[in-house]
Amino acid sequence: MKLDTTGLESALPLFGTNCQMVDGFTAAPAFDLPTTLDFDGFQKEAIQMVKPAKGTTTLAFIFKEGVMVAADSRASMGGYISSQSVKKIIEINPYMLGTMAGGAADCQFWHRNLGIKCRLHELANKRRISVTGASKLLANILYSYRGMGLSVGTMIAGWDETGPGLYYVDSEGGRLKGPRFSVGSGSPYAYGVLDSGYRYDMSIEEAAELARRAIYHATFRDGASGGVASVYHVGPNGWKKLSGDDVGELHYKYYPVTPSTVEQEMVEVSGA
Amino acid sequence: MARYDRAITVFSPDGHLFQVEYALEAVRKGNAAVGVRGTDTVVLGVEKKSAAKLQDSRSVRKIVNLDNHIALACAGLKADARVLINRARIECQSHRLTVEDPVTVEYITRYIAGLQQKYTQSGGVRPFGLSTLIIGFDPYTGVPSLYQTDPSGTFSAWKANATGRNSNSIREFLEKNYKETSGQETIKLAIRALLEVVESGGKNIEVAVMTKDQGLRQLEESEIDGIVAEIEAEKAAAEAAKKGPARDA
Repeated sequence: MKLDTTGLESALPLFGTNCQMVDGFTAAPAFDLPTTLDFDGFQKEAIQMVKPAKGTTTLAFIFKEGVMVAADSRASMGGYISSQSVKKIIEINPYMLGTMAGGAADCQFWHRNLGIKCRLHELANKRRISVTGASKLLANILYSYRGMGLSVGTMIAGWDETGPGLYYVDSEGGRLKGPRFSVGSGSPYAYGVLDSGYRYDMSIEEAAELARRAIYHATFRDGASGGVASVYHVGPNGWKKLSGDDVGELHYKYYPVTPSTVEQEMVEVSGA
Repeated sequence: MARYDRAITVFSPDGHLFQVEYALEAVRKGNAAVGVRGTDTVVLGVEKKSAAKLQDSRSVRKIVNLDNHIALACAGLKADARVLINRARIECQSHRLTVEDPVTVEYITRYIAGLQQKYTQSGGVRPFGLSTLIIGFDPYTGVPSLYQTDPSGTFSAWKANATGRNSNSIREFLEKNYKETSGQETIKLAIRALLEVVESGGKNIEVAVMTKDQGLRQLEESEIDGIVAEIEAEKAAAEAAKKGPARDA
């Protein structure tokens, strides 16, 4: 398949070295091989190191009134929480949203790049690009960088001529169409709440509350998720941010502290 | 050797691209082609030079499919047409693969025109010697379109147009007689236009009709003969009506 290098011109030299490796026996390797007894094992380890850790929780689902998109806002580097206020829902254009999971830089850059491509499509074809087309553009680009260490697990949500659309796209080159997705280390917990509470014909408020609760429960159990639960809605006229609640505050909203009777109070003991 | 390296298409002192204009001459020598857009039908008609006795007429199709919903006819160098058509067909499928959507007529016209333009600005190549008429339906809105491209790489949408031999007379006829039609009326209008410059008869005309639901349909010779007969009868009736009242007065 023709490699899509339209995103990064500077990636060309990178492809050069890669091709040499693939050619194998004819050309000498372009870099010094590391001194190790087990090169294959070393390669596997290296790939595992860059493999997406994806410490995050994002989710999106289609329902009667459109698409609901929600995410947490914590960025972690191993055990260190580097930020509690990361924008994980990226606004590609006024009617399409992308979610961020995996490498923050990778997601941000490629979503912005996708926004550029979508706008160019609009200008050239005098009509908006479909969610199908946008997600396919991104998937094709990510596929051409497969195996090079990109870490992207994203959902493209939008509303086009055919109605609401939701696609999951990842850096392995996978692309799935579906009604409900959750991506990230907190996704199992989010799926639990989302799948059990989901109905197609919910109102916008009900759907927003479901999304908010799903993110909250994921942040409760998953250490790599936290911060602020943002909820966006994509309707026929584009997306709109509905809420951004601190999950700590959400906790006390869902599980308020009930004042209980005190058995014994601590009293000051006069010096004996 | 130095002259050989120059681009073949260079500007003349008064701003003309002579190679492109000569290519247009080649188009003017090609067989006539006409396209008419109706409300629910688009029709292409091409003049067919009488086939040699031993030639298998089915192998010289002049109206071709680019995709299920797009068709093309051209006037000019047929060998150049083959190259352009193959590239356009590949682009139609490539578009389907990368965007999961069929091409719009405007998109593929823009692509073909872009290709024709590229060959007017490259070294060592000559422009394509053909003008194309492209018809089709928008895959989502179902709106029919007719576009024309020419060797310079310009394109535009038309309600009805002609290219090739005597295209000026056909265009004059269309300008006088065009009105919004549908179905059979559109086919008749296209054939009437072509008959202005071509000897009447099913074996001298190739006609293809595209509808939204049935795609491209090549008309059989007998069908064309039938419509031609209808047209002749209408013409004769009109002539008689003109002569009749005049004699009374």
